[in-house]
Amino acid sequence: MNSKPIAPTLWDRFWRLANPKTFMGWSSRVLPWIAAAAAASLCSGLIWGYFFTPDDMRQGSTVKIIYLHVPAALMAINGYLLMFVGALVWLIRRQHVSVLAAKAAAPVGMVMTLIALATGAIWGQPMWGTYWVWDPRLTSFLILFLFYVGYIALWSAIEDEDTAADLTSVLAIVGAVFAMLSRYAVLFWNQGLHQGTTVTMADGAKQENISDVFFQPLLLSMAGFSLLFLTLLLIGTRTEVRSRRLKVLQERERIE
Amino acid sequence: MMPDLGKYVLEVNSSYVLSFMALGVITGLYVKRNRAVKRALAELEAAQDA
Repeated sequence: MNSKPIAPTLWDRFWRLANPKTFMGWSSRVLPWIAAAAAASLCSGLIWGYFFTPDDMRQGSTVKIIYLHVPAALMAINGYLLMFVGALVWLIRRQHVSVLAAKAAAPVGMVMTLIALATGAIWGQPMWGTYWVWDPRLTSFLILFLFYVGYIALWSAIEDEDTAADLTSVLAIVGAVFAMLSRYAVLFWNQGLHQGTTVTMADGAKQENISDVFFQPLLLSMAGFSLLFLTLLLIGTRTEVRSRRLKVLQERERIE
Repeated sequence: MMPDLGKYVLEVNSSYVLSFMALGVITGLYVKRNRAVKRALAELEAAQDA
């Protein structure tokens, strides 16, 4: 038999990051940097967008709402996709940190969805003549919001942590369909009022439908929203890891 | 210094105010709960060690 110790592969090292103790270590080191980068990019993106960009020829000054609406919508969808990944990892590998990250992401994602819906409605009234229309993208966003609410409610409705993690993970996977629908709804149904995607990052190039003067502060604002999401995700996951340990210790104390 | 928002002043400003409020509330809640749980865990661990 070979007694030589097997060196951990890169894959093993990656999964070790999700060990609760390891996670608390590296997350405390990176958190201040990510939070500072979030504050800097969010403030500069929004100040640039609000104060130093011109009005649009057709939309007038309402174009300034784009610096909130697009980044919030981006994080509403990406937040749910992150929950989907966390849920999948939990169901397959039973990594607690992954499902606790999904739990921590949900309220932030819900707020992002709310901001996207509210700013969209405020922009829609002067531009479309209505706050709300049952357009495919708007409707799928509303359903996405309801999935966020349902996910949060299900976590608090079930006392046993592992059962709650299992059931919420299934819900997160089902809801991911709507997260994808909200992103691609405009492509499936042509009768919608909502315009196509403003920014396409897939090929590393921007589309022709937004000029540089709006695009650059928008990119900064998107980076700011993404980093803010990441900051809150790390804070929330750290809270959930500690909360889980607290419950275990309290339970142990009760038995003794 | 304030930009001239024309007739859409209410729409633009209310979007910014509402979004800042929402982001501020969720950030505040996360930081507050983080501190509370951290303190509670530290107290329990200290009590169990004693």
